[in-house]
Amino acid sequence: MSFTLLAVQILNGLQFGLILFLVAAGLTLVFGVMDFVNLAHGVQYMLGAYLTSVAVAKTGSFGLGLVLGLGGSLGLGFLFELLLFRHLTRRDHLEQVLATFAVILIVTDAVKAIFGAAPLPLPVPHGLDGAIELMPGLAYPVWRLVVIASGLAVAFLLWFLITRTRTGMLLRAGSTHPAMVSALGVDIDRVFLFVFAFGAMLAGFAGAMAGPILSVEPAMGDTVLILAFVVIVIGGIGSVRGALVASIVVGLVDTLGRAFATDLLRLVVDRSTAAQAGPAIASMAIYVLMAIVLVFRPTGLFTGERAWTRAA
Amino acid sequence: MNETRSLPRRLAALALHPATAILGLAAVVVAGQLLGEGFWVTLAARAAILALAALSLSFVLGQGGLVGFGHAAPFGLGAYAVLIAGEHGIRDILALLPLAFLAGAAFALPTGALALRTRGVYFIMITLAFAQMAYFVFAAMSGLGGDDGMGIAGSATLLGWKFLRSESNLAWLAIGLLAAASLFLHAATRARFGFVLRAARDAEARTAALGYSVFRTRLVAWALSAGIAGLAGALMAEQTGFVSPALMSWHRSGELIVMVVLGGARRLSGAVVGAILVVLVEEFLGQTTEYWKLGLGLLILAVVMARVVDFGSLLRRRADG
Repeated sequence: MSFTLLAVQILNGLQFGLILFLVAAGLTLVFGVMDFVNLAHGVQYMLGAYLTSVAVAKTGSFGLGLVLGLGGSLGLGFLFELLLFRHLTRRDHLEQVLATFAVILIVTDAVKAIFGAAPLPLPVPHGLDGAIELMPGLAYPVWRLVVIASGLAVAFLLWFLITRTRTGMLLRAGSTHPAMVSALGVDIDRVFLFVFAFGAMLAGFAGAMAGPILSVEPAMGDTVLILAFVVIVIGGIGSVRGALVASIVVGLVDTLGRAFATDLLRLVVDRSTAAQAGPAIASMAIYVLMAIVLVFRPTGLFTGERAWTRAA
Repeated sequence: MNETRSLPRRLAALALHPATAILGLAAVVVAGQLLGEGFWVTLAARAAILALAALSLSFVLGQGGLVGFGHAAPFGLGAYAVLIAGEHGIRDILALLPLAFLAGAAFALPTGALALRTRGVYFIMITLAFAQMAYFVFAAMSGLGGDDGMGIAGSATLLGWKFLRSESNLAWLAIGLLAAASLFLHAATRARFGFVLRAARDAEARTAALGYSVFRTRLVAWALSAGIAGLAGALMAEQTGFVSPALMSWHRSGELIVMVVLGGARRLSGAVVGAILVVLVEEFLGQTTEYWKLGLGLLILAVVMARVVDFGSLLRRRADG
């Protein structure tokens, strides 16, 4: 296990974690502010990747395609909220789970019917498709660095929005005291609408950024959805800060586990046992992490005072 | 009972009665046997097996308010119990069913004890986490076929008689177990145990203040439910003759929740109706179109929105504004 390999895997883990953060941030906001369990969030990630892929192919420019893809994701967010989810807030969580699960089934099959089950191409944009040498012997793809940078930028933007602006203040107030905020003359349904659409756009952005690395296919939202739930539960529901910390931890644990678990196990057990147990332990690692966190802190790591959305 | 109930209401109550659905399954098996339609028998068996799994989940979800998002794990463990016992030469159904029950319950006791420390969505997610761990453990066991799974040694026997060779015997066994489990769980909900379970769902602090151990009641219910899910898994292994980690995927856990909530979580029989509905939609839409999940999704959405949206008030608001 050389130092460069370790460095590359750490960067990969960071990049994966920040993609997860983009998905989880919207999910945790919708959950924390509106108390709404949205299983269809993974679908919004998938739709973002598809819209961007189609727009890039039509316009021939990644930048323009990305803008159109984000606009489309935002529009779909508005549409979903107005048509369906508006009626489900303040309802039983189980009804929400059922309805959003239905949305997953419908949208995934509709996408399959329109675009086919085969992955769509979404090439890395021109000029960002190379690799740069971070230090001697360590070349790293530029696109992955762009993903890391944009994830961190979104994290900063969210922190600023939530803690330093009037909108953020409304959001924080709305998450803890919706009735009071409403009584003060704020249209809380409108706040929810914008939070939801914004979250959908962030998920779409994550899909667009991950598209060139992973493949753009109908089922791409499924795995990300479960991982995003793991992230927000570890971080504490409603906490964007928790989502950031937890997504980076989950990204690193998962990536490093897959890269090194077998080699590490070989130090203590024989080769064939390690070859068998290594991948199992690596796949389980994040779930074990979540279970441990929940056993010791049953409501996640960052709750109450330490979350951005709750009193700050 | 209530003399003033109108006829449609009485018919609805009859249709939703647990016995109706179970007798309906039995009627399908009889008809299938008489008309030589093997497919009907297979379908009824499959519906009864999944209904048994959904029923077990409904007991903790509806009565206990514990939304388990990992019931595929005890279900799959029951199936693996059949596979592993078969590898060791144990093929008698009288041994396999208790083993499957124990496999499910033994998984549920320690994981449940940890999971029950959390509430609400955190509980949903920690049960998912434990199910995913079980999934990945079995996916890594190359001796049991790993990711691909493997076929069971042969269909189960009853005291040496090759009882489960016949598809209709399996269907009868599944329907019989479903009926027995329905009766047993129904009795449990009427007993003090069931009252404490429901009381804890509605007002945990008050129930605890009355001196009942909420934790112990929930844990017992959780293990019992997982054991019954294990029985369903064992039957599934017998029906398909094949066991793989896919039985434990989170999709199946989600599907079971859908069955329970679709049929109505408050009554146990809702799970049976929901499971039969989902199996029918899967089967008949699946025959006509490749995109049957779209149809299932639309059906679920229609049911939920009909329950949730107050159309009357929407219309009034339009008229007022």
